[in-house]
Amino acid sequence: MEQIKDTQPTRSTKRNQERFGKTISLIATLLIVLVVLSILFFVLSRGLRTFTQHDVSVLDFFAGTEWRPGETDDAGNALVGALPMIVGSFVVTLLSALLATPVSIGAAVFMTEVSPKAGKKILQPAIELLVGIPSVVYGFIGLTVVVPFVRQLVGGTGFGMLAGTLVLFVMILPTTTSMAVDALNAVPRHYREASFAMGGTRWQTIYRVVLRAAMPGLLTAIVFGMARAFGEALAVQMVIGNAPVLPDSFTTPASTLTSILTMNMGNTVFGTLENDVLWSLASILLVMSLVFNIVTRWIGKKGAIKG
Amino acid sequence: MNPKKVDKAAIAVLYVLAALIVLILASLLAFILIRGIPQFSWEFFTQPAKTFEEGGGIIIQLFNSFYMLLITLLISTPVALGAAIYLSEYAPQNALTDFIRTAIEVLSSLPSIVVGLFGYLIFVIQWGFGFSILSGSLALMIFNLPLLTRTIEDALRAIPGAQREAGLALGLSRWETVTRIVLPAAMPGILTGVILSAGRIFGEAAALIYTAGQSAPALDFTNWNPRSISSPLNIMRPAETLAVHIWKVNSEGIMPDGAEISAGASAILILAVLLFNLLARYLGRKLQQKLTSA
Repeated sequence: MEQIKDTQPTRSTKRNQERFGKTISLIATLLIVLVVLSILFFVLSRGLRTFTQHDVSVLDFFAGTEWRPGETDDAGNALVGALPMIVGSFVVTLLSALLATPVSIGAAVFMTEVSPKAGKKILQPAIELLVGIPSVVYGFIGLTVVVPFVRQLVGGTGFGMLAGTLVLFVMILPTTTSMAVDALNAVPRHYREASFAMGGTRWQTIYRVVLRAAMPGLLTAIVFGMARAFGEALAVQMVIGNAPVLPDSFTTPASTLTSILTMNMGNTVFGTLENDVLWSLASILLVMSLVFNIVTRWIGKKGAIKG
Repeated sequence: MNPKKVDKAAIAVLYVLAALIVLILASLLAFILIRGIPQFSWEFFTQPAKTFEEGGGIIIQLFNSFYMLLITLLISTPVALGAAIYLSEYAPQNALTDFIRTAIEVLSSLPSIVVGLFGYLIFVIQWGFGFSILSGSLALMIFNLPLLTRTIEDALRAIPGAQREAGLALGLSRWETVTRIVLPAAMPGILTGVILSAGRIFGEAAALIYTAGQSAPALDFTNWNPRSISSPLNIMRPAETLAVHIWKVNSEGIMPDGAEISAGASAILILAVLLFNLLARYLGRKLQQKLTSA
């Protein structure tokens, strides 16, 4: 035994190489993890300063409707009610997802179940290209087409939640459609064959079998689209009008969390309440993106296709 | 209604929905290209932007976009490659690996404006890089890392295990197997992933407005000393990119021909994305042919 052990070099060049490779690839991985953790830490810790350093009450922030940072009411409380932006973000997100859901699932069903040939040749490449269109381009189109359209339709300036919803709807459409296609393609073929063998029509097969089997994947696609809509900044900021008030209608200027962040971050002094309260808005964005993440995981766990 | 009629009606609705999506997407593309391409002119591509008068160009923004893209790819590819190698070749199945994967997933779903604000907080203010190409590229790196890591990891995983076993059987270390056998074989996939991420970086604006800045100081294209402030190569200068320019022109609204300039710039962005897409496919296929000599 001893002799054999002596002949084995304790550290061969191979082993050194192996150790080197494993170490640098692990360092690269940990760097990404470090970035994620520091984003969470720094953004949240600045966001919390509104409540810890400037003594704004949590209720005033989440339920207040007056957004005039830098000013105070008669009782001396800072006017940093974020409700208008929170409502704005949720409304445009939900409405755009509501519009995008039937269209993208319908188109996805068409591509996978009705006419796979046309789907592959025309729809697939078009959608792939559109996923890559920069969001400022959507914003620019919103500004030059959607806003004037809304203005003609209902009067007013045209800026508002309706314009924001329409722009976001078109923007998330390619993403949700291509994910819905993946979900439908993941349904095993024999599910469909079993339904046809029992005499089901195409629609019965789609509605009673394919859509139900693919439901978790379809839900994931919608949640993904919502996450994208919720976090989109510039395209929305360009068409929503950026008035930090609870709007009376869908066609009067409103604002979202991202639009106020985009507008004001550069105009405030670091360390002041005006600045810290913006980080609180950013923290809401961050937390919501975590929530969307958790929801997606939960759906994935609940409804993995079996067999 | 009997099932046959329901079937006919439902399929008809599906046709309408598919047609609707094609219509929306096609008119979007047509609108940008028809509005944008007529703006292309010699002046448009060679003149700096003018704020208060008509006839400005986009040369500086165009250069900034490509330069920032180059630097972002230079710093993000090695990190993404390392992480992808770790995740596909070394990572054991345990809680730490799960945690790493969750972290990367969280990063990929963060809104880009949040990434931009983090960059503003850390790179611009704390590290004192100011509004600069360096700050912008670092923010874009964060924005780009999760997706690039995932595509490279997928490319590595697509290489059959037999290739790795052959390498190990020859007495190579795992690291040698990865770098000499798996990486070259996965190169087409990796290249495709890098080029596709280039399209995303090129069009990103929200992560840049508070990191690379919203101004484009005049550049002297004959000055190639990277330390001079007017040199195009200087990475410490503020650099508005094309995507940021579109946003800035439209939200300020003081440029008299802002709509025309944005239309032209939007068309360039779309054409660039299209080009990156085609390039990725073409190079991926070419490289595959060369490697497999098929």
